[in-house]
Amino acid sequence: TKCVHLPPEVTATSRHYVDRLFDPDPQKVLQGVIDMKNAVIGNNKQKANLIVLGAVPRLLYLLQQGSSSSELRAECAVVLGSLAMGTENNIKSLVDCHIIPALLQGRLSLSACLRCLRTVFISPVTPVQLLYTDPTVIPHLMSLLSRSQRTQEYITQIFSHCCKTPEHQTVLFNHGAIQNIAPLLISPSYKVRMQALKCFSVLAYENTQVSMTLVNVLVDEELLSQVFVRMMQRDQPIDMQLTAAKCLTYMCRAGAIRTDDSCIVLKTLPCLVRMCSKERLLEERVEGAETLAYLMEPDVELQRIASVTDHLVAMLADYFKYPSSVSAITDIKRLDHDLKHAHELRQAAFKLYASLGSNDEDIRKKITETENMMDRIVSGLSESSVKVRLAAVRCLHSLSRSVQQLRTSFHDHAVWKPLMKLLQNAPDEVLVMASSTLCNLLLEFSPSKEPILESGVIELLCSLTQSDSPALRVNGIWALMNMAFQADQKVKGEIVRALGTEQLFRLLSDPDSNVLMKTLGLLRNLLSTRPHIDQVMSSHGKQIMQAVTLILEGEHSIEVKEQTLCILANIADGNTAKELIMTNDDILQKIKYYMAHSNVKLQLAATFCISNLIWNEEDGSQERQDKLRELGFVDILHKLTQASDPNLCDRAKTAMQQYLA
Amino acid sequence: FESLDKLAVTGTHNPLTLHLKNLDYLLLGDPAFNYQEAELNERLKRLYPAVNEDETPLPRSWSPKDKYSYIGLSQNNLRVHYKGHGKNHKDAASVRATHPIPAACGIYYFEVKIVSKGLDFLSSLLPLSPIPGWDKHSYGYHGDDGHSFCSSGTGQPYGPTFTTGDVIGCCVNLINNTCFYTKNGISLGVAFTDLPPNLYPTVGLQTPGEIVDANFGQQPFVFDIEDYMSEWRAKIHGMIARFPIGERLGEWQAVLQNMVSTYLVHHGYCATATAFARATETLIQEDQTSIKNRQRIQKLVLAGRVGEAIEATQQLYPGLLEHNPNLLFMLKCRQFVEMVNGTDSEVRCFSIRSPKSQDSYPGSPSLSPRHGATNPNLHSAGADSPTCSNGVTPPNKNKSHNKYPGVSSASSSSSSSPSSVNYSESNSTDSTKSQPHSGTSNQEETSDSEMEIEAEHYTNGVAENPSARIMNGTYKHQEILQAQDISLEDSCASRQLCGGNQAATERMIQFGRELQGLNEQLCREYGKNVTHKKMLQDAFSLLAYSDPWNCPVGQQLDPMQRENICSALNSAILESQNLPKQPPLMLALGQATECVQLMARVRSGSCSFARVDNFLH
Repeated sequence: TKCVHLPPEVTATSRHYVDRLFDPDPQKVLQGVIDMKNAVIGNNKQKANLIVLGAVPRLLYLLQQGSSSSELRAECAVVLGSLAMGTENNIKSLVDCHIIPALLQGRLSLSACLRCLRTVFISPVTPVQLLYTDPTVIPHLMSLLSRSQRTQEYITQIFSHCCKTPEHQTVLFNHGAIQNIAPLLISPSYKVRMQALKCFSVLAYENTQVSMTLVNVLVDEELLSQVFVRMMQRDQPIDMQLTAAKCLTYMCRAGAIRTDDSCIVLKTLPCLVRMCSKERLLEERVEGAETLAYLMEPDVELQRIASVTDHLVAMLADYFKYPSSVSAITDIKRLDHDLKHAHELRQAAFKLYASLGSNDEDIRKKITETENMMDRIVSGLSESSVKVRLAAVRCLHSLSRSVQQLRTSFHDHAVWKPLMKLLQNAPDEVLVMASSTLCNLLLEFSPSKEPILESGVIELLCSLTQSDSPALRVNGIWALMNMAFQADQKVKGEIVRALGTEQLFRLLSDPDSNVLMKTLGLLRNLLSTRPHIDQVMSSHGKQIMQAVTLILEGEHSIEVKEQTLCILANIADGNTAKELIMTNDDILQKIKYYMAHSNVKLQLAATFCISNLIWNEEDGSQERQDKLRELGFVDILHKLTQASDPNLCDRAKTAMQQYLA
Repeated sequence: FESLDKLAVTGTHNPLTLHLKNLDYLLLGDPAFNYQEAELNERLKRLYPAVNEDETPLPRSWSPKDKYSYIGLSQNNLRVHYKGHGKNHKDAASVRATHPIPAACGIYYFEVKIVSKGLDFLSSLLPLSPIPGWDKHSYGYHGDDGHSFCSSGTGQPYGPTFTTGDVIGCCVNLINNTCFYTKNGISLGVAFTDLPPNLYPTVGLQTPGEIVDANFGQQPFVFDIEDYMSEWRAKIHGMIARFPIGERLGEWQAVLQNMVSTYLVHHGYCATATAFARATETLIQEDQTSIKNRQRIQKLVLAGRVGEAIEATQQLYPGLLEHNPNLLFMLKCRQFVEMVNGTDSEVRCFSIRSPKSQDSYPGSPSLSPRHGATNPNLHSAGADSPTCSNGVTPPNKNKSHNKYPGVSSASSSSSSSPSSVNYSESNSTDSTKSQPHSGTSNQEETSDSEMEIEAEHYTNGVAENPSARIMNGTYKHQEILQAQDISLEDSCASRQLCGGNQAATERMIQFGRELQGLNEQLCREYGKNVTHKKMLQDAFSLLAYSDPWNCPVGQQLDPMQRENICSALNSAILESQNLPKQPPLMLALGQATECVQLMARVRSGSCSFARVDNFLH
């Protein structure tokens, strides 16, 4: 596999270095390794040559060989470390030569070994899993933590780079990572403190077990959270402030610290807002904004505080000004830097706006009033970067929860257009957000509803209901439900036709209860106003009645059953549709059963249904009243007039009056 | 209560009076107040260490004078309530703090708690105007709409509204002339830029029932202002550390080496200077003998053996004193004082006690350098105000040893610090016991090694004294003194005029007459000299008291007083040899200190975080 053609003279010198590693005289081997060390420093070509010529296995052999002097082993480790500092290909070759187990099995106390190991592990080409394959490795590394500041720095750096999944977190946690690393937070070495802090941030991320343990840890008689607070002090290096803020954020999100704790409200949140300021580096601003968005996502009070802290909302507007017009002219390097971060900045700002505006109407108003905000979202929706599109649509979704914004800015900027475009072809995660936003835009009071309808959205939504993703199915059917609300006959007919009864009934047996609820909601909206009820029931009555029966018989939540009974009540309001119930004894028995149910909501819905059936002014009401009396409904109604729930009581009384009139 | 309030406020101009007045208050039943006052002083000192309250007092309460009649004050002028009609804007009223915000604060902060909001609450801060924020040059943040107002009636949307229970803070950054407000400990972001100087904390109210309480530092702040300050301190220190030195990069090391070398030479640390020159491969301007000579003369002066010092000077530098009659006169005056003290060799030879014991100069057998002498160079006019005072010591340390409670108030001139009085006590004794350096009258040869010790122990710190004199105080120094105090308490009684020897006293009187003669001669030659007359009077006054050490002019006997004359003599010698009379290091230090003070006067707020003593270790 190592078939690379090298110029003969290069091969000759490099070959000489490798040959000397095989000298029988150990002293000459040592000198050879030292010379090799000096030859490879900073010379990527030489590194590649030596690797191709097979220096690595020999160096590893010498490193592991018991007869090698400690000096030789140290020099070997240094050369290997140097080789690892080269290109990604170098790292790949080293990993292929099994350098990791070799370094791990060897006497790891050599800090050169750890240094090399660190360099290999933090490379993106090294699979992190290699740290976990041999179960003895992590305990061994833990035991080396007390050796020196160097070993502490390297080992914690390896841990923080290789902790990528909840499983990794658990493995490290179970090997006492917290107790072993906590004391390093007050190490005299800044590098050690920083790496230890980074370890805690990756360990605590979305990990309740770790976070809950962390809050009770004492470092030199001080609570860990207080240590983190000290690290966030404004005169500390920015990297340290930011990472400490991440630790506290993750602990808070994992439920280990309350969101109203002063260390969150007065320290972490303001620290993260500071990270978003113009004075910070672009990378820091991205991380700051993302962490802040994550911190306050579930808490409206934190959102309110952040929205008034240091003009955050206006500060974020600056995130969209990269690359700035100035940088393009003056400085190519800066332009390159700006371009590289421009997407990241935009998506971070959108995320933070989304988080800020997710609950509070005033904040949403403030966001939409920020300079060119809606235009920025609109252009963000059609950016090439998926990350930006996703964040932009999240932001739009957050703002779309506002009735006022739906009526004003959303309509003014025709956000539905790019949104519809986005829905045509996008990854699932974008689709989920986009369709969810569309649901809100299809609300009855939204002025965008009309143009969206005209753009032929129904087919698209119907196709969403066939998705494998429950979230997309919910959103599809939800949007259809909203669309059908108080819609005219034409739209309803189109929905039924496009969706097809088969799909409709498939959705009624969907394993996801949200899908089921929204489908029932759609049915209920379709079955409103008498002519529509009769029309729908005349064409699909049989299937609908079947589905209703099935649901009422099945194991479903109270909400589902209530919704189903409401559909029955709507059917009972139709002129011709009524007969579908009256002629179905099975259904009538079920209604009777629910009138006597222990849950008031179900009783109410069932009573409503009966009330519609016996309503006086309609044709054939007498017959229906008689039939229902025979079936014993009057007795039940009579009983319900004594019900403790006033609504139910009223409803029963109104129904009883139909008999009296 | 009203009158007491006023007393407390007038008192703020003078902390001492305030304390006395507060004592009355305390008796009337507010035990918290005194404690609070102490806490306030401590907090203000910590927050604004660069502020000289003699020049620019800090706001501590609302001013009962600078307020509208609709404003009522209570609770030590910290609580404001509205007592007007509150029908329209004309009924708005405001009150400002007793003093404007001093620029030397760097960053200033105060808070107001909304105790009760009234009907249509309006509150704003900074500075005085009918409604703060609605007049020219005034700035405010209004509670009813959350708008900020700047020099006009139309507000800008700024922050959230505020109401009962909220704590609103205002931070003025005098470094970049901006201001931001806080609400319940959260910074709301910059409200104003390009602020003018001399702003007053102000609060304005417009509705009956409105009550607000101010916190100028009486309580801990809700907002972490010290954290904010730490960021600016780090910023400014970083700015100083990264200050570009441009083209002169290569010379930097040479300049620094020269600074160190000249300093060592100036003070006569001969061997150290030679070793340093050897290590850095630099040259010393002055030759070794000359350095050693100066060192010897300085030691004589500092040991109180002024007569011998004069002799040595005349011998080694003929013509020097003849050309400096003022210096000679000063030396002779000092010699007279030392005779009274019993330390000068002319009287010591009569003493039955061991003369050696007198030689010691506690804490500093070799000269402790005078830093302040650089100041006169910087101030051609008013050379008096920033004069140097060697040995201005950190306050309180020796307070309990002060034997002159009556004196200290009478001579409340700045030179009287309790410790220096104490020093004279300890040193003028002829006790032979436990003097750390006793018996080393001929230390010239060993002193270089001692300099190393000194260098370890003595910091040439700049005093944190309101007038910011450059001091030569040493902590080690203090410790030695205190240790001596204990042994000296009982030996005080044995302290006698001219060492208690009759012949010596006669010699002293004779010398006094000669001195008088010298003065008259100088008057004839150069005209009347007020300074000389005063010096002579002070020296002779010592004889008017039975216990000169315990008299209003006893200060002169303090060995610390030798440092001035010693330094003047050293400078004169150097000048006569065409060498700089001040070491460049001290010039640089003095200039930096002056610059920082100047920054405060021209209202450059960054001075508060660029203090010279932050860089002296």
